[in-house]
Amino acid sequence: MSNRVVNILVPVISVILGLLVGAIVMLVSGYDPIAGYSALWNGIFGDTYAIGETIRQITPYLLAGLSVAFAFRTGLFNIGVEGQLLVGWFAAAYVGIAFDLPMYIHLPFAIIAAALAGAAWAFIPGLLKAKLQVHEVIVTIMMNYIALHTTNALIKIVSDGGDNTGTINASASLKSAFFESITDYSRLHYGIFIALAMVLLMWFILDKTTTGYELKAVGFNKHASEYAGMNVNKNIILSMVISGAFAGLAGAMEALGTFQYANVKGGFTGIGFDGIAVALLGANTPLGVIFGAVLFGSLKYGALNMPNEAGIPVEIVSIVIAIIIFFVACGYVIRYFLEKATKKKEAK
Amino acid sequence: MDYVIEMLGIRKEFGSFVANDNITLQLKKGEIHALLGENGAGKSTLMNVLFGLYQPEAGEIKVKGKTVKITDPNVANDLGIGMVHQHFMLVENFTVTENIILGNELTKAGVVDIKDAAKKIRKLSEMYGLDVDPNAKIEDISVGMQQRVEILKTLYRGADILIFDEPTASLTPQEINELIQIMKRLIQEGKSIILITHKLKEIMDVSDRVTVIRKGEGIGTVVTAETNPNELASLMVGRQVEFKTVKSEANPTDETLVIKDLVVADYRGIDKVRGLNLTVRKGEILGIAGIDGNGQSELIEAITGLRKTKAGTVSINGQDITNKKPRKITESGVGHIPQDRHKHGLVLDFSIGHNIALQTYYQEPISKNGFMNYSKVSELAQKVIKDFDVRTQGEHTPARALSGGNQQKAIIGREVIRDPELLIAALPTRGLDVGAIEFIHQRLIEQRDNGKAVLLLSFELDEVMNVSDRIAVIYDGQIVDTLLPKETSEQELGLLMAGQKKNSNKVKQGETTHVE
Repeated sequence: MSNRVVNILVPVISVILGLLVGAIVMLVSGYDPIAGYSALWNGIFGDTYAIGETIRQITPYLLAGLSVAFAFRTGLFNIGVEGQLLVGWFAAAYVGIAFDLPMYIHLPFAIIAAALAGAAWAFIPGLLKAKLQVHEVIVTIMMNYIALHTTNALIKIVSDGGDNTGTINASASLKSAFFESITDYSRLHYGIFIALAMVLLMWFILDKTTTGYELKAVGFNKHASEYAGMNVNKNIILSMVISGAFAGLAGAMEALGTFQYANVKGGFTGIGFDGIAVALLGANTPLGVIFGAVLFGSLKYGALNMPNEAGIPVEIVSIVIAIIIFFVACGYVIRYFLEKATKKKEAK
Repeated sequence: MDYVIEMLGIRKEFGSFVANDNITLQLKKGEIHALLGENGAGKSTLMNVLFGLYQPEAGEIKVKGKTVKITDPNVANDLGIGMVHQHFMLVENFTVTENIILGNELTKAGVVDIKDAAKKIRKLSEMYGLDVDPNAKIEDISVGMQQRVEILKTLYRGADILIFDEPTASLTPQEINELIQIMKRLIQEGKSIILITHKLKEIMDVSDRVTVIRKGEGIGTVVTAETNPNELASLMVGRQVEFKTVKSEANPTDETLVIKDLVVADYRGIDKVRGLNLTVRKGEILGIAGIDGNGQSELIEAITGLRKTKAGTVSINGQDITNKKPRKITESGVGHIPQDRHKHGLVLDFSIGHNIALQTYYQEPISKNGFMNYSKVSELAQKVIKDFDVRTQGEHTPARALSGGNQQKAIIGREVIRDPELLIAALPTRGLDVGAIEFIHQRLIEQRDNGKAVLLLSFELDEVMNVSDRIAVIYDGQIVDTLLPKETSEQELGLLMAGQKKNSNKVKQGETTHVE
C-alpha cells in the first residue's frame, strides 16, 4: 500500500470506527443509533441553514487551532487561547460600539484591535518565559481566568452595570446579507474568509520567511539557534504574540460576526481549549488545522440537532462526539495496523 | 566448515537507497568476528537484519546450518542471538536483577521470584568473570558495569551468539581492557561474537577475522593475523589512508585571534578560564592540548559569544569582539565547529539542507527582505554535500538520519564554505572513523594553507601532534606553555597537561598523566 493511500485511509477508517463505537454506546443506552446519526447528519448538512451555521462554527475553531499550532511549532504550549480569545472578543466589541466610522476604517480597526488585544495577552507569558523561564503553561492557564473575569467586569462598566455591551455598529459588522440570503438567515458571516486567509498566512510565515525559519529552529533546538546567532528570547516572545493574535481574531469572529456583541460569561467558551485538539489533530500544520476545525466544528454544531430530532440526551451526544474525535486522534494505531497488514502481504 | 551464523548475499533497501548490497558474513563457532566499516557504511543495518528488526530484500540467513527467517527480535532471541546495544537499554532506578529479568520474569504463584533470578545471575556473572552485583542499582554503577549488565542480559536469555555494537565508544581505556578480557572469556566458554566497530586497534587486539563493508557493499573477509591496520583502513575507505597527516610547513603571518588576560566563569560561577593569553596567526593551526575540564569549553564559548567573559579581551584582526553577540562574532569572520554537534551544531529535526543554511539564512542570496529563497538553500546545500562528501540520500533528509561523520562533514562544510578568517574546530573528529578524520584534517590544513587562522581543540594527543603547527597546553584555565610539535613529545605534553612545569624532572607520586 502506498503512503498516499494509507494517508487517506487512516482518517476514513478512524471516523468509521468512531461512528461504530458511538453507535454501540447509543444502542446500549437504549437509543436508535441510525436515528441519532441521521440527526447528526441533518444537523450538519440537512439544509442550507445548517450548512451555514456549521461553517460559522468552524470559523473560530480554525483560528483557535492556528493559534495553538503556531505556538507549538516554536516549541511553546499556548493553553491561553481561551483567555486571548476573550480579550479579543471584548476589544472588537468595544471598538464596534464606541466608534462611529466609515466601514472601511471601522471594520479593520475592530479586527486589528482584537488581534492586538490577544497578542498583548499572550505577550505576558511570552516575556515571562523568555526572561525568567516561567513555564508558559502555568501562566497562560492563569491568564485565562484573569481574562474571563476582567472582560466580564469591563463589559459591566461599558454597559453601565448590564451584562451585555449591546449590538455593535453596522460599520464594524462582519454580517453578510449575501450569506444570509443563500443560507436561510443563518449567522454565517464573512469571517470565514479572514480565517482562511490566516491559514495561508501561517503557512507563509513558517515556510517562506526568515522569521519562520528562525521560529522553527528555536522550537527544535534553542542551543543551536543561539549558536547560529538567533535571538532566542525574541523568537519566543514573537511566537506567543503571533499565536495570541490568531486567538484574538477568533474572538473578533464572535464579536463582529456571530453575536454582534460581547456579554458577561459564566464560564469559558471552550473554543480555546478545543483549539488544542484541533491543532493536534492537524499535526500543527496549516492544512491539518483546516481538517481539524472542519471535523470539530461540524460535529459540535451537528450534535445540537441530536436531542431535538432523535431524542438522545445531551450527555450521550457528548460521549458519542468525544468517541469519534478520540478515534481520529488515535489515527496512528490504525496506521500501525495498516502497515502491519501491508508488511504481511509483502512477506507472502 | 562449522558456521553458527551465515548471512549470504544480504541486500536491504530503504526506498531507493541501498543500505546493504550483497553482503556476506560468516561467523565461526568460538570466534570473535569484527564487522568493520565507516560511519554510515551499513553495519548497523546489517546487524538489525540479523536481529530481526529489518527484513532483507534479498539474501539468506542460516543459523547453525539451517535457513531461518528472523521476523522479529523474539525470533532472534529464540535462535540464541543476543545484542549488546551501543546505547544501553536499562532502567536507571531498577537493580541489575530487575533489569535483566525485565520482560522475562520468573514467577512463583504470580509473584516475581527475584531471589532465584539473582542467584542465577550471580552464577552467570562468576562463570564469565563479570563481577556484577545483582542487587546494585543501575544508577549507582559505572558505565563499564552497565555494559556488563547488558552482556548478562543476553547470557541470561540463553544467547550463544553475541553482537557487540560499538562497545568501546563510551568506555575508559581501563574499561576497554577489561571488556577485551571478558570477550576472550566468553569465547573460551563456547560463545561466538560479532564485534561492530570502526576502531582498528581494537580489531587487531581481539578479533580472529574481519569482514569489511564499504558504502553498503561487502568488500570481503580477512584473517586478522594476516593483515595490518593500514590494509584494513584502505579496505574500509577504498583508498590509501595516511595515518600521519601530510602537510607543508606553516607560513604564519599577522595575528588574527588575540586573547588577553581572559577570565570566564562556568555556569556555577566558578572561574574556569583564569587570565588566559593566546594568539593565533593567519596561516597556522594552533592546537590546544589539555585534559577535559581545564577551561577549554568555557574558552571557546567565550570566543564565540555563547558565554559572557568576566575580564580580559578577545579580538579578531584587531577588532574587539569581547562579549559581542554570537552573530556579530560570526560576521567578524569566525567559523565554529562546535564541540557538541547535536546540541549546538545542528537542528536535528531540520533537513540537512536547512542545517547547511543555519549561519547564512538571513543573508542574500539565501533570503531577501525577510523572505527565504529555498532554491538558493538547495544550491548551497548541494554544493556543500558534494564538496564535503556528505553521504546522504539528499538535502531533504533530516539531519537526525545522517551518521555522525556525515553530520560533522555537513557542519564543517557549512563553516568552511563561508571562508572564515578564524576557524575554531572543537573536537572535530570525536567518534569518527579514520576516513572521515583524515578528510577533516585535510580541510583544516587547506584552510590554513589559504592563509586563514585555525584554532583546534582536541583531547587526543595524536591529533594535536599531527595537525597543529603550534601547540598550546591548557591547564587550570591558563596556557602553561606553547610548543612546536617537532620539538616536543607526548611525554612532555602529558606532563604539562597534568600541571607539571616545564623542565621540572620530578613527577609527583600519584599524579596521573592520563589523557583521553
